[in-house]
Amino acid sequence: MNKKTRSLIQRMTLTPYSIWAALFIVVPLIFVAYYAFTDNSFRFTFDNITRFFTATSQIDDGESVREVRTYLVIFMRSLKLAVISTFICLLMGYPLAYIMARAKARTQSILLTLIMIPMWMNFLIRTYAWMTILQDTGILNSFLSALHLGRIHIIGTESAVVIGMVYDYFPYMVLPIYSVMAKLDVRLLEAASDLGCPAVSVLRRVIWPLSLPGVLSGVTMVLIPSISTFYISQKLGNGKFFLIGDAIEGQYVANNLHFAAAIAFILMVILLACMALVQKLANRKIIVA
Amino acid sequence: MKKIIELKNITKAFDGDVVLDHINLDIYDNEFLTLLGPSGCGKTTTLRIIGGFETADEGDVIFMGENINELPPHKRNVNTVFQRYALFPHLNVFENVAFSLREKKMPKDEINKKVTEMLALVALKGFEKRSVSSLSGGQQQRVAIARALVNQPKVLLLDEPLAALDLKLRKDMQVELKNIQKATGITFVFVTHDQEEALSMSDTVVVMSEGRIQQIGTPVDIYNEPENAFVADFIGESNILDGVMLEDRKVSFAGHVFPCVDSGFERREPVDVVVRPEDVDIVSEEKGQLRGVVTSVTFLGVHYEIIVDISGFKWMIQTTDFHDVDEHVGLFIEPDAIHIMKKSKYSGMFGDYSSFSDEMDEIGEVELEVLEEMETESESGHE
Repeated sequence: MNKKTRSLIQRMTLTPYSIWAALFIVVPLIFVAYYAFTDNSFRFTFDNITRFFTATSQIDDGESVREVRTYLVIFMRSLKLAVISTFICLLMGYPLAYIMARAKARTQSILLTLIMIPMWMNFLIRTYAWMTILQDTGILNSFLSALHLGRIHIIGTESAVVIGMVYDYFPYMVLPIYSVMAKLDVRLLEAASDLGCPAVSVLRRVIWPLSLPGVLSGVTMVLIPSISTFYISQKLGNGKFFLIGDAIEGQYVANNLHFAAAIAFILMVILLACMALVQKLANRKIIVA
Repeated sequence: MKKIIELKNITKAFDGDVVLDHINLDIYDNEFLTLLGPSGCGKTTTLRIIGGFETADEGDVIFMGENINELPPHKRNVNTVFQRYALFPHLNVFENVAFSLREKKMPKDEINKKVTEMLALVALKGFEKRSVSSLSGGQQQRVAIARALVNQPKVLLLDEPLAALDLKLRKDMQVELKNIQKATGITFVFVTHDQEEALSMSDTVVVMSEGRIQQIGTPVDIYNEPENAFVADFIGESNILDGVMLEDRKVSFAGHVFPCVDSGFERREPVDVVVRPEDVDIVSEEKGQLRGVVTSVTFLGVHYEIIVDISGFKWMIQTTDFHDVDEHVGLFIEPDAIHIMKKSKYSGMFGDYSSFSDEMDEIGEVELEVLEEMETESESGHE
């Protein structure tokens, strides 16, 4: 086969994917941008963007009435909950990934399956399940009162939202870290301990830096969906914690497509900028440290 | 000489397979000791037990008079050069070498000084900032040595460190390693399956097979006075024959009675007789103690390798004189060229060159293929 035909075949096999990508990724993105920068009669405008940063509303906390920038407050709240969830996922997922990677092959595949089984169930059903567990008269509280430990009120709090997010996105943290850890050469760990490192140092100086790529993709895969989630906060937060995803959904349902697109567009730009920054810092750390 | 490490009755099994079977070994200060044996003989496991990466099921590891059975690797005053080096890919050359010093929280300028010294010792000055993946195999090897030595361990453990290098580089590194060992005065425990490497570098060679030590001795002892048929065959080429010790200094084998220099055996004790190929003289038929026919001749540059069939047993003989195939010749063996060994479980397993030529052809072909593969690999690696 000569070079020309080979490259032709290569191009032909790529074509379906290129078309798919163009139709379902690039075109929608262009539409989002287009809607974000136009008004209802499709004339170019920055109004939607400025509205995101300037729109205000009043918060009455019982004593006084404060005026706040609506969408910035919502965004910061989303960011806070997403960061907390991601951090908890990392805290729980990293040791698990390490233990899995070091376990026997059989144990590894059992653990892997256990982690993935929830992913096969519908996301809505999982969230409803957590509602039944966390309700004031739910499974958790029945259990606690049966043990005479009293009841806790958790549904409708930020904690409930965080629990839901952690549960839903946990596998996306564990799997990328696990795949990096599994490839880690055991002899590097032996070499580190040979060179005088106790276990903690081996973790800090060898395992952690070498697993950083997995951590980064895990963080990305948890942070991004949890920052833009809307369903979990509605169901587990009793609608009290309006998140940026809820805002987009609300505007969309209210047929306010242009503003909904603008919020989505701004969110995307901010996330891309953050990820680029983190990636850059991590790259530098990997090479120099 | 001072004992630095003593292994006492070390036994180790993996999943019921006995890998080490009551190993007893003393390692002395400043010596270059080699653990030599085929793969699976337990040499690497022995090294890993000294390093602390495996624990023996039975027996004791004594380091400078103290039992270190329970001491974890990071607290042992030994360092290891790993097979395929195990350099840290996220660190550059300088940081790889500085790794153990940083763990000790040594002041910066001292680290600088030591690392620079070490890199100079292994001839890698100017490579400080390079990433380890950009180095050639030989250079990575040197970084691994520098990284292990910078800590000034009492003992350096080396696990087949030269196996991944090509022949020329391997020879150079052998000389260099020996020089480094002399310059630093550190005890080297070196693991290899390459008998030539073991003979040329070591002060002491420990020959191992099937989890047991077969012989401990200087390279000359091991070559000239092999303990049993395994050692005789593994170290160099040997003709090994069944014989009977008639009395002191008189042995019978191959249907002939030879004078020899060995004594101390029972009367009529069955023994193994070793004759090295370079110690056999080919003479005219009537002057020979044994008579036979040349079956194959191979020119090897320095000498010819000649196979002579003597009533069914094929002898290998190395000589600088040419003898053609089918020529009838006589063999003459000086008394001091005959080495007598006690019978062992290895008797009869080695030392006959009957299948030699076929076997060599096959091995030769496989080696060629492997070499070609390695070449293409290293070529693509350089790109």
